[in-house]
Amino acid sequence: MGLKFARIDGFFGALGNIFAVAYALLPVVWIVSLSLKPGHELNDARFLPNTLSFEHYRTVFNDPQFPAALLNSVGIALIATGLSILIAIFAAYAIVRLDFRGKRWIFYSTLAVAMFPPISVVGPLFDLWRTLRLFDTWPGLILPYLSFTLPLAIWTLTAFFREVPWELERAARVDGATPSQAFRQIILPLAAPGIFASAILVFIFAWNDFLFAASLTSTDRARTVPVAIAFFTGSSQFELPTGSIAAASVVVTIPVIALVLIFQRRIITGLTAGAVKG
Amino acid sequence: MKRARNVKAWLLCAPALAAMALVTAYPILYAARLSLYRYDLRYAAPPGFTGLSNYFSVLSSEIWWQALWNTLLITIISVFFELVLGFVLALLMHKAVFGRRTVRSAVLVPYAIITVVAALAWKFAFDPTTGFVNSLLDIDQAWLNERWSAFAVIILSEIWKTTPFMALLLLAGLSLIPNDVLKAARVDGASGIQRFRLVTLPLMKPSILVALLFRTLDAFRIFDSVYVLTRGAHGTESVSVIGYNTLIARLNLGLGSAVSVLIFLCTLGIALLFIKGFGTPLLRTGR
Repeated sequence: MGLKFARIDGFFGALGNIFAVAYALLPVVWIVSLSLKPGHELNDARFLPNTLSFEHYRTVFNDPQFPAALLNSVGIALIATGLSILIAIFAAYAIVRLDFRGKRWIFYSTLAVAMFPPISVVGPLFDLWRTLRLFDTWPGLILPYLSFTLPLAIWTLTAFFREVPWELERAARVDGATPSQAFRQIILPLAAPGIFASAILVFIFAWNDFLFAASLTSTDRARTVPVAIAFFTGSSQFELPTGSIAAASVVVTIPVIALVLIFQRRIITGLTAGAVKG
Repeated sequence: MKRARNVKAWLLCAPALAAMALVTAYPILYAARLSLYRYDLRYAAPPGFTGLSNYFSVLSSEIWWQALWNTLLITIISVFFELVLGFVLALLMHKAVFGRRTVRSAVLVPYAIITVVAALAWKFAFDPTTGFVNSLLDIDQAWLNERWSAFAVIILSEIWKTTPFMALLLLAGLSLIPNDVLKAARVDGASGIQRFRLVTLPLMKPSILVALLFRTLDAFRIFDSVYVLTRGAHGTESVSVIGYNTLIARLNLGLGSAVSVLIFLCTLGIALLFIKGFGTPLLRTGR
């Protein structure tokens, strides 16, 4: 391997990097571009806008549907995330810290739940929620979300908890702390960044759901963003609300992308460690 | 002492296990029961027991078999391309000397985007009046109004969205391969391709299989992008779309539950096929 080869390697590597970045960003740039095109330029079939306009953003926020859906989405996803992280912390602690019979069994059952097709439970939940008056409510979505947020939370937290220096817990116990004191005051602060990264991952999953929200809600009371965007009709039936849909999409996409990019390294650890190391 | 620890561990896991059972095991049993009844919310008639007749109706309908075939097709093609592209991306991220952080960040973008939003972006891009694809290719194609071109767009949007996940899983597998092994193979005169085929691939078998299992089962339940792109029109329905249409659009809970149970059984079948076919590497990850 001479210097020349290294340089060619570097050249193809750089080219590959550019392709990878373009691949990832193409639809994002496109939807941002659509959202900024003025109404009369929407159908000009150009990738980038000629002139910039924020009219679609104004339309979207003046429409009653979208702000309501945004509030529902944020609220439901946050509560589902908080709840599943809280429940999963106990399970992950047991899996990492305690040696007990049936641990493997717990792993398999979370795996099975994660693989579960959500369409299989939509019908019964629809039927149950009607009688329990949970149809078209926040809890009516938060509960089914647990079916995919909990396994994810357990895995990622288990992965992060493995990296915590648990000797410190023992040291605190020797110094006279109770088990819960040792956990709350010593371990929790150390594990906090991992817990936060897990929370972001779980949040993205809950935020992304379309099937449950489309099946178990019907009005602005609990309808979330993906459903509102997919079913968005706009104020006039003669005009296709492409611009408004694009603007709404950008509003719900950019903050999540920002969050993910800021915590990039930990999120990758959380995403992969769960699956590879188990 | 040991017993006390067992009890404590199970108590700590109990809330999670109970919650998961409540939102999956219980509803699927409920669905199995509903599937044995004639239960249509559009009619006032009370549900009546009909045995397996809902299953006969589903299994003798062409719509179900076409949807199953469609779903398998989408699954196989997209998972194949995801594996190949994911490997390329993973090797790129593994080897990259500079720009490594940028690529890793970029790769997370599709993952962070709502599936519905991504599907809409593709829908607008391929739209004959709004989109840039036709003018770029200088053709006139109504992509989403024909079966095969609609499939192409559905599969493309599925691949775009999930390849990064595959790439990250494979990257994690790649980084577990000890460098000395590759170096030793090079000293012994193995070419780059030989090193990849004879050293990297066998060592990565477990991570590849796990990634494949995850993605296959995930692709099999495809709903969001199909629904947004075509609503299942032009013969592009997936099994989940059929389930949704029967249960929620047509409110036929009995028949729809039969579809749900069949989808569940298919998923179970695929998972068992993977575990039986590839066995130990999949189970070994369960530490």
